[in-house]
Amino acid sequence: MSDKKKELKPNTYKFDTLSLHAGYQPHKNAGSRQVPIYQTTSYLFDDVDHAAALFNLERGGHIYSRISNPTVGVLEERVASLEGGTAALATSSGMSAIFLTVMTLCEAGDHLVVSSQLYGGTVNLFRLTLPKFGIKCTFVKPRDTEGFKKAIQKNTKGIFGELVGNPGNEIMNMPEIAKIAHDAGIPLMVDATYQTPYLCKPFDHGADIVVHSLTKWMAGHGSSMAGILVEGGKFDWMQNDKFPTMTKPYEGYHGLSFAEEFGPTAFTMKARAEGMRDFGPCLSPQNAWNVLQGIETLSVRMKKHCSNAEEMVKYLMNHESVAWVSHPSVPDHPDHELAKKLLPNGRGSMIAFGIKGGKEAGVAFINNVKLASHLANVGDTRTLVIHPASGTHSQMDEATLKFAGLSHDMIRLSVGIEDIDDIKNDFEIGFRAARKPRLVSNQ
Amino acid sequence: MKFKVNNNEVFASTGGRPFDKKKPLIVFVHGSGLTHMTWVLQTRYFAFHGYNALAVDLPGHGLSGGESLKSIEEMADWVNAVIDAVGHKEASLVGHSQGCLVTVECTARYPNKIKTLSLMGGAGAIPMNPELLSLAENNDPKAVDLMMDWAHGPAGHFGGHPVPGLYHINTGTMLAKTRTIQNTLGVDFRACDNYKNGFDAAKKVKCPTLSILATDDKMCPVKEGKKLAGLIEGSQVDIIDNCGHMMLLEEADRVLTVLKKFITTNYPPLST
Repeated sequence: MSDKKKELKPNTYKFDTLSLHAGYQPHKNAGSRQVPIYQTTSYLFDDVDHAAALFNLERGGHIYSRISNPTVGVLEERVASLEGGTAALATSSGMSAIFLTVMTLCEAGDHLVVSSQLYGGTVNLFRLTLPKFGIKCTFVKPRDTEGFKKAIQKNTKGIFGELVGNPGNEIMNMPEIAKIAHDAGIPLMVDATYQTPYLCKPFDHGADIVVHSLTKWMAGHGSSMAGILVEGGKFDWMQNDKFPTMTKPYEGYHGLSFAEEFGPTAFTMKARAEGMRDFGPCLSPQNAWNVLQGIETLSVRMKKHCSNAEEMVKYLMNHESVAWVSHPSVPDHPDHELAKKLLPNGRGSMIAFGIKGGKEAGVAFINNVKLASHLANVGDTRTLVIHPASGTHSQMDEATLKFAGLSHDMIRLSVGIEDIDDIKNDFEIGFRAARKPRLVSNQ
Repeated sequence: MKFKVNNNEVFASTGGRPFDKKKPLIVFVHGSGLTHMTWVLQTRYFAFHGYNALAVDLPGHGLSGGESLKSIEEMADWVNAVIDAVGHKEASLVGHSQGCLVTVECTARYPNKIKTLSLMGGAGAIPMNPELLSLAENNDPKAVDLMMDWAHGPAGHFGGHPVPGLYHINTGTMLAKTRTIQNTLGVDFRACDNYKNGFDAAKKVKCPTLSILATDDKMCPVKEGKKLAGLIEGSQVDIIDNCGHMMLLEEADRVLTVLKKFITTNYPPLST
């Protein structure tokens, strides 16, 4: 028998267990092992006092499914637990999660510093729509860390970026940019859709708010739209006077100061109390349930996505029809070392590659693959392809395309979890067509 | 609100309502290393129902200035000074965990001033695991992780927070990491470990007292809570099933319902 004293270790549940259980207690739900779908608009009050208490945020509970719903609540807690966050708020889509995040943080007259490498819809939100609300943005290339610092103004309220840029796979140096943000007394907001918490936990690297399009890898099956914002709980809203709507008495809730009352969950509480009340981008309980089914197998799927992606990178790099390949696992990728640090469990399943023959070859490739689906989504269990210059980013002019790091020969590939040989065989069909585009299109 | 005690700034949440001297005062005292925010699902109710709810940050904790107090006795005197500082002659006290040691000691020392006493996860003594104490005093974040593990019951480990979207283990962890661990949790744990007067203090408590205990509380088990309650004449005991030490978050509604009945009966609110 050993005399060695047993080291104390916390026995809180780990990632795979939380993926299946967090946020839900069967004994409070008629013993139902599966999370019930609360398909209801509203909830009975015990009495008038109970109703008033719920409206005044005196006690927890549900009032109306635009604000909160028990099924959606399980999803919110589950994602918060997986991210290592204090709280989360699910929305009807990833875009509404970004919009709600910005509108919770900013007012007319405010400014944001934003990475230039973003999903096309997000670029349009920041470039064209937010200025209509009086919120201006300065775009900075994600590798230009100093540029983020220089772009900060007196009225800057935060920095926003995608951890791995869409679609070029540029990686934002999150620890350094977080330091720049925090030195300026502002939060760093990160869209970590491509990574999911299985590949990266942005709060461990300095992020303050994380947003996801849950539609993608988190749900994973291409069936349901959903988004979420998650709060890290470390950002001190009271450190300066930049965030009066967080720190000063709020007229909309009897003089409530969200930061004083809710501290590490203040941002989420405000986003729900104000944003869901006033904008209402609520997630349906059915879609929340669908996303929960996906999250149950998140780590299993992500391992397969990543291993298939690494196989595809090798295949593409050695292919005669491919001009270039961008994926953080490629040793000469400019962010290869940073990726090792930020994405230790895998570099993700998004690959960008250039097809020889330019736009015409790209179009032929897309039009001829049979297994890979040509559509405007990523993170499905199935392999997906698109030609960004004519698809997701087609609303951009030439200069904006260039600034966004896009080229006409670029194919964006979201690697699925099919048998890797079948994906490669399908790509051979596409490449053959790309080499003889006119011949194939005339057949 | 902010005010001064012993020349140091004190922060106390008033539950979202302005402080009004005409209303009876309830002072909420948090547990080791935590802050006023642990009480958010209790204070706001009382603040909106005829009371001054004052959830204090102990010195050196949360948003309060000064250095952490090194003994439970000093904390008890400090709570008394808080009541004076806000211009009240009496108060009802509510404590959680270490806050129970503080409020029992305060009630024993100032029996004419304290009108009711509510204890959540309380015991007459809270001896600390030496390794946990050492981790906290050496500023090791593992101390917080261990505390959050032990403080939540098996059900609480799954989540299921009463406020939609909040994950309470991570929230508690962030609260305990608001300030430097060794200066808050480390000092508090040492104060708990050193405190030996809990049972004698309990014998001196004469005001109406409520103990809320939880079946899965590993930090202050039911039998310890009952032992303390048994020393207080006429003490009421309420036991919550499937719940751990962080009952004020894990079973916030149940705690509020019991607390509301006890306080409004024994220390009525100002009629509104």
